[in-house]
Amino acid sequence: MASILRFRKLCYVEPAVKCSSLSIKSFDHTPKNTKKDESFVPPPPPPPVAVTPLEVLSDKKKRRRKEPKEWRCLDWCCWMIGYLCTTWWLLLVVFNSLPGFQVPESPGTKLKREGLTALHPVVLVPGIVTGGLELWEGRPCAEGLFRKRLWGGSFTEIFKRPLCWLEHMSLDNETGLDPPGIRVRAVPGLVAADYFAPGYFVWAVLIENLARIGYEGKNLHMTAYDWRLSFQNTEVRDQALSRLKSKIELMFVSNGYKKVVVVPHSMGVLYFLHFLKWVEAPAPMGGGAGPGWCAKHIKAIMNIGPAFLGVPKTVSSLFSAEAKDIAFARAMAPGVLDSEILGLQTLEHIMRVTRTWDSIMSLIPKGGETIWGNTDWSPEEGYDCDPTKKKYLQASSTDRSQSTNETDGKLGFRVEDPVRYGRIISFGKETSQVPSSELPAFDSKEFSRGRTQQKSNSSCGDVWTEYDEMSRESIRAIAENKAYTARTLTDLLHFVAPKMMRRTEAHFSHGIADNLDDPKYSHYKYWSNPLETKLPDAPDMEIYCLYGVGIPTERSYVYRLSPSDRCKSIPFRIDSSADGSDGGCLRSGVYFVDGDETVPVLSAGFMCAKGWRGKNRFNPSGSPTYIREYKHKAPALLEGRGLESGAHVDIMGNVALIEDVMRVAAGATGTEVGGDRIYSDILRMSERINLRL
Amino acid sequence: MPLLRRRKGSSEPEKNSTQQIHKEIDNRDDEDEKEKESKKKKLVERKKWSCVDSCCWFIGLICSIWWFLLFLYNAMPASFPQYVTEAITGPLPDPPGVKLQKEGLMAKHPVVFVPGIVTGGLELWEGHSCADGLFRKRLWGGTFGEVYKRPLCWVEHMSLDNETGLDPSGIRVRPVTGLVAADYFAPGYFVWAVLIANLARIGYEEKTMYMAAYDWRISFQNTEVRDQTLSRIKSNIELMVTSNGGKKVVVIPHSMGVLYFLHFMKWVEAPAPMGGGGGSDWCAKHIKAVMNIGGPFLGVPKAVSGLFSAEAKDVAVARAIAPGVLDKDLFRLQTLQHVMRMTRTWDSTMSMIPKGGDTIWGGLDWSPEEGYECNLKKQKSNSSQIADHNGTVDVEYKTKNAHYGRIISFGKDVADAHSSEIERTDFRGAFKGNNLGNATCDDVWTEYHDMGIAGIKAVADYKVYTAGSLSDLLHFVAPKMMKRGDAHFSHGIAENLDDPEYNHYKYWSNPLETKLPNAPDMEIFSMYGVGIPTERAYVYKLTPTAECHIPFQIDTHAESGNEGSCLKGGVYTVDGDETVPVLSAGFMCAKGWRGKTRFNPSGIQTYIREYDHAPPSNLLEGRGTQSGAHVDIMGNFALIEDIIRVAAGATGEELGGDQVHSGIFEWSEKIKLRL
Repeated sequence: MASILRFRKLCYVEPAVKCSSLSIKSFDHTPKNTKKDESFVPPPPPPPVAVTPLEVLSDKKKRRRKEPKEWRCLDWCCWMIGYLCTTWWLLLVVFNSLPGFQVPESPGTKLKREGLTALHPVVLVPGIVTGGLELWEGRPCAEGLFRKRLWGGSFTEIFKRPLCWLEHMSLDNETGLDPPGIRVRAVPGLVAADYFAPGYFVWAVLIENLARIGYEGKNLHMTAYDWRLSFQNTEVRDQALSRLKSKIELMFVSNGYKKVVVVPHSMGVLYFLHFLKWVEAPAPMGGGAGPGWCAKHIKAIMNIGPAFLGVPKTVSSLFSAEAKDIAFARAMAPGVLDSEILGLQTLEHIMRVTRTWDSIMSLIPKGGETIWGNTDWSPEEGYDCDPTKKKYLQASSTDRSQSTNETDGKLGFRVEDPVRYGRIISFGKETSQVPSSELPAFDSKEFSRGRTQQKSNSSCGDVWTEYDEMSRESIRAIAENKAYTARTLTDLLHFVAPKMMRRTEAHFSHGIADNLDDPKYSHYKYWSNPLETKLPDAPDMEIYCLYGVGIPTERSYVYRLSPSDRCKSIPFRIDSSADGSDGGCLRSGVYFVDGDETVPVLSAGFMCAKGWRGKNRFNPSGSPTYIREYKHKAPALLEGRGLESGAHVDIMGNVALIEDVMRVAAGATGTEVGGDRIYSDILRMSERINLRL
Repeated sequence: MPLLRRRKGSSEPEKNSTQQIHKEIDNRDDEDEKEKESKKKKLVERKKWSCVDSCCWFIGLICSIWWFLLFLYNAMPASFPQYVTEAITGPLPDPPGVKLQKEGLMAKHPVVFVPGIVTGGLELWEGHSCADGLFRKRLWGGTFGEVYKRPLCWVEHMSLDNETGLDPSGIRVRPVTGLVAADYFAPGYFVWAVLIANLARIGYEEKTMYMAAYDWRISFQNTEVRDQTLSRIKSNIELMVTSNGGKKVVVIPHSMGVLYFLHFMKWVEAPAPMGGGGGSDWCAKHIKAVMNIGGPFLGVPKAVSGLFSAEAKDVAVARAIAPGVLDKDLFRLQTLQHVMRMTRTWDSTMSMIPKGGDTIWGGLDWSPEEGYECNLKKQKSNSSQIADHNGTVDVEYKTKNAHYGRIISFGKDVADAHSSEIERTDFRGAFKGNNLGNATCDDVWTEYHDMGIAGIKAVADYKVYTAGSLSDLLHFVAPKMMKRGDAHFSHGIAENLDDPEYNHYKYWSNPLETKLPNAPDMEIFSMYGVGIPTERAYVYKLTPTAECHIPFQIDTHAESGNEGSCLKGGVYTVDGDETVPVLSAGFMCAKGWRGKTRFNPSGIQTYIREYDHAPPSNLLEGRGTQSGAHVDIMGNFALIEDIIRVAAGATGEELGGDQVHSGIFEWSEKIKLRL
C-alpha cells in the first residue's frame, strides 16, 4: 500500500506542482497545496474563516473536473519527447532541403579543370589506430560478431561487452601474435580507413578528390595491415608485405608501367620504410625482389605527418596509459578513462591491452640524446610557446625569410631559462627545471628489480599489469632518478615493462648506426628506424615530408607518484598541477613544442630537412627530399574539421595538402609543386643536431 | 483509498461548520458567473492542449516505445534467436564448418570466389550532378535506396553506352572489391556469407579467401580492357599460391561466374596482347579444382525472355525491384521499358543466351528433356524417393510431351502443334517500318521503336523459334545490342577446335568452342540444385497496344488443362534450380567433358554433384539449409560441406564421385554431339 501511495505521489502530485508553473496557470496554487496537504498529511486544523464557502465550492468542482483529465507525469514525458523528436525531424528536413552551404570548390574539381588526370597509381598506407579490424574467430562471448568490426566503425561492442572486447583486441604478451582461439584481422580495401568512425573521415576526403581526376579501384590501393603487430609480423602472419609488393607490381604493370606514388600517414610512414628495406632484402627475411625494385616501381613517397623519429606521446601512454588525446582515447571518451568509476579499472585494462601491441614500440623516440637532447640541451630550445607571438608568426608566414628574422630577434629577447625538452620524463616540476648538475647521477644498474613475490592478492581485481610485479621500493627508485632523457628512457621502459620490451627488442631498434655497412643492420629490426638504415638505391624517387605546424604538441612530461597505494593501480601519473608561467610551454604537466598535436616538428621534419638531404650515408643515392609544412588554422564553426587544419589526422582534409598530393600523383615533381615550404624552425633545429652524415 | 475517503470525510463537517446557508443562496448568481469564467479559462486551456499536444504526445509515446524495444533488442543476447528456434524445431544440426572442424579439417588450399551476374555490388566513382553525394555508395546491392529516391538518375547511371558497351561519358560505376562485394546482396539476403563463415571455421581468412569481383554488366574481355580485372585475378591467384606454400587454389564460381572463369582460364594461357600470357601450364600449376555452382554452361532460356521482352520474372533483378511494380504501367512510368533499355546495354547478359543451337536445346520436334514429368505429385514423391525416378516414367503423359525445343512460340496452339502443321513466314528479310516512336511517346528509348509494325508482325509470323533461330531473332529485334554481342560472345558449336579462328576471345566463354586447358590434375565439379520447375520455353503473344510499349509479352493465359503438364502461365518448365535447367548446368560435366574428348583433351576429371531441393520447413529457417534454388543453394549444408572438404584437400573421388538425382545422363545421351 505504501508503495502504491508513493507511486501516486510521484504521478499525481509532483507533476501537478511542477507542471503548473509551465502552463496550467488557470489553477491558483492554493487549492492544490491544500489538497496535497490534505491527502498525505493528517487533516489540517480547520482553516481560518476567511475561506468563503464559494471558494470551497468552486474548489470542489474544480477538483472533480480536473481529476480525470490531469496531465500525468508519463504524459508529460511523452509530450516532451514527442516535441523534441518532431522539432528535430523538422530541423533535419529543413537542413536537408536547404541548398548546401556555399562549399568552397574542392581541390579535385579545381585541378580537373586545370586538366590534370590520373597518371601514377596511388598507394595509401594508413597509420596506427585508423585502420579497421574485424573478427574472424573468437571466444564464445563474441558470438555473432563474425566479420564485424571490432575496431573502427561505431565501437558499439565496447559498451556492450567491454571485457570481451578487450580480450579480443589484446595480443599474446609473449609472442605478440594472436592469442589462441582468437583471430582479429585487418579490414581490406578502401573501407579499411576511409572513415575511422561514422562521420570522422581519415582518407575519405583525399580519395574523393583523387576520384575527381579519374582515380578508381584499379589505380588506388589501400594497404591494410594489422597495425597492432610489429611490422615484420604482419608478413609472418598475414603476408601483408608480400601482398603490398604484389599489388604495387600489378598496378605498375596494368597502368601502363607508371610508377606508383605512395602516401603513408603517421605510423604508416615507418611501415613503408620497413617495406622499402624488406622488398629488396634477400628472400627468407625479405621480399627478395633485389636492388632496383624501388627505383623501378616507386615515383614518390609522400609522408603525411611522419613519425620518423618517434613520438614522445608514446612514452607517456606506455608508461602510464595517459594517451590523453590520440584517437584511441578520443574514441573511448577520455572522461571515463580518467576517473575510475565503479572500480572498473579502465586505465589499467587499456594499459594491459596496449602493451601487447608491438607496433606502438615503433613510435618510441629514436636516436637518443643526439636527436632529442639530454638533460641540459635540446634542439628545440628557444621555441616560444606564447600564443600571441604565434599569431604574429602566422600573419607573416607568407614571407618566410622575414619570419625567420623575426624569430632571430626574439631569441635575443629571451630572458627565461630555456625549457629543458631533453628531459622527456621528470619527476616533479623542479626536476624539470634545475640545471643538470643538481640532478642525481643516473645509473642504470640501480634498476635491480626488487620484485616481491606475488604482491597481488586475491582481493585485487584480476587486471594484470606488469606494475604488479614491481615492489614499492623499486617504484620509488624510479622516481628518485628524477629525470629521463631519450637515452635512459629505454632503460626505464625495460624496467617497468620487461616483457613488452623483450618483444620490442626483437622487432625494433631505437639507436643511431655508427657504421651502416655493418652486416648486423641487415636484420629486420633496424628497417623501420631511419637512423639505422640506408634508403634504397633510387636516385629518382622523391621523398616528401608533409605535416602540420602551429599546434602545441606534447614533448616532455612532469610526472609524480600516484598517491594511492592500492594494488593494481598504475603508480605514476602526469602531474597535471604543474603549470608554467603564462607564456610558458608547461601546461598541466606537459611541455609543448610546435607540431601537429601528435608528432613534434623535429620528428616529422628532421630526416627530410637534414638526415636525408643531399647525398649522405643514410641516403647514398641522393633521393631528393622535400618539406611541405601546412600552417594550422582552426576551422570555422560550420566547417567541421576544417579545410586548413594542421592537426595530425585532420590534415588529411587540408586542401593545400590534397592539392600537393594530387599534383604529384598526376605527374608533377617536387620542384614543380614548389619545393620546400617551411613555417617552423625545423631547419635551425636540425642544424643544432649533431649527427654524422 | 482510505486516506482519500478520510480526507473527504474530514472536509465535509468542516464545510458545514463554516458555511452559512443563506449567504450561499445569496451568492449563487455571483458564483455561477465565476464558475462560467473559470470554465472559459479552462476551455482555452483545453484548446491549447488539444491537437498539437496530443500529436506530440503520441509521437513521444511511439518514440519511447520504439527506443525501449530497441534497447531490449540490443540488450538481448546474440544467441537468443537460435535458442528460440531450437526450442521450436529441436536442436539444429551443426553447421558444416563446425562439424568438419571437429573432424579435424584445416584450411589448406586458398579459395577464390567468382560471383555471378547481379549478385556483385557496384559503386559510383564519378557521376552526373543528379547523383551528387553518392560517391562510393553502392548503386547496386545493399538497400537499393537510390532506386526509389531517384529512379531515372539510377537507371542512367546503371546503363552502359549502347555502342561500345563501356561507360557512358562522365559516369564511372565500378565493382565493389573484397569479400563485401557479394557476401550479402541486400541486408539479410546472403549470397556468399554462409559459405565464408563456414570456411572461416576451419581457419580460412582474408589472406586465403579472395572474391574475384568484376563488373558483371560488361563483357568478359571488357572487364580486362577497362579495369584489368583478369590481370588482377591472375596476380591475386599467383600471390595466394606463393604465399600459402605453393598450394593450388580451389575456384568456386557461381552462376555467370562459371562462364567468366572459363573465359579467364583461356585468357590466362593465351599469348600477351589478347590474353594474359601466363603460359600453357598456368592452370595446371595454379588450380586444383573448379567447383562450379549452378553454372549455366550452355546458357539460360530465361536470358532470352529477359532480352526479348524484359520479363525476367524471377531473377534477382526483378526480385530486387519488386516485380509487382514492373508488370503494371503504374503512373505511366514505363518501368519495363526503362529496365529493358538498361539491361540491353549490359553485354554480359548475352553470354547466357542458349548455346549450341538445335543440337543441344532441341529442334522443332524433339528435345533432350522430352518425357520429363512436371506433375507436382510426382515431384513430391521424387524428393522422397529419388532413387527410382528414372525407372517410373508414366506412359500416359508421354503423349503430351512439351516441345521444349521451341523456345519461343507465338500462341499456345503453335507450341502444341506438330511441326508439319505450322506455317512460318521468314522474317529475316522483312521490311522494318518507319519509326514508331513519335512525340507522343515518352522519351524512353527501346530498339522496338525502330522496328515498325511490319517488323513486329514479321516476327510474330515466324511462329516458332528454336535455339538455332533465336540469335537471328535477337539480331532482328535488337541489332545494336547483337552487334556488340557478336564481338564478344559466340553461341555455336565448333567444328574444328584447332582452327585458329577459335583463338579469338569471343569464343572463350563458350564451352562448346574451346578446349579446356592442359591440366590433367585439375578437377571440375558441376554442383547444382534440382527439383524446382525451371523456365525452359515460352508462349508469347503480341501486346494489344503496340505503340510505345514493348510489343511482345509472355502469354500468361496459356495454361494446359492437364494438371500434370509443364505449361504454366505461358512458360514450359523442366527440372532445374529455378534459373538454370539441368541440361545447361550438367551436360558438360556429364558428357561434353567426361573422359578425354575434343573439348577436354587432357582428360580433366569431372564430377556432377546434384542437390535435391527441399524447401525450408518453417519460417525460422529462413532460406533453408537444403535448398536447391539458384542463389539459396549457397546456404545448402551439403554443398558447403563438399566445398570445405575439397578446400581442405579431398579429391572428387573422396567426396563420393557423382551424385545424381535428375535425368541428366539420360538426357545427355540424347544429344548427338561429336566429342
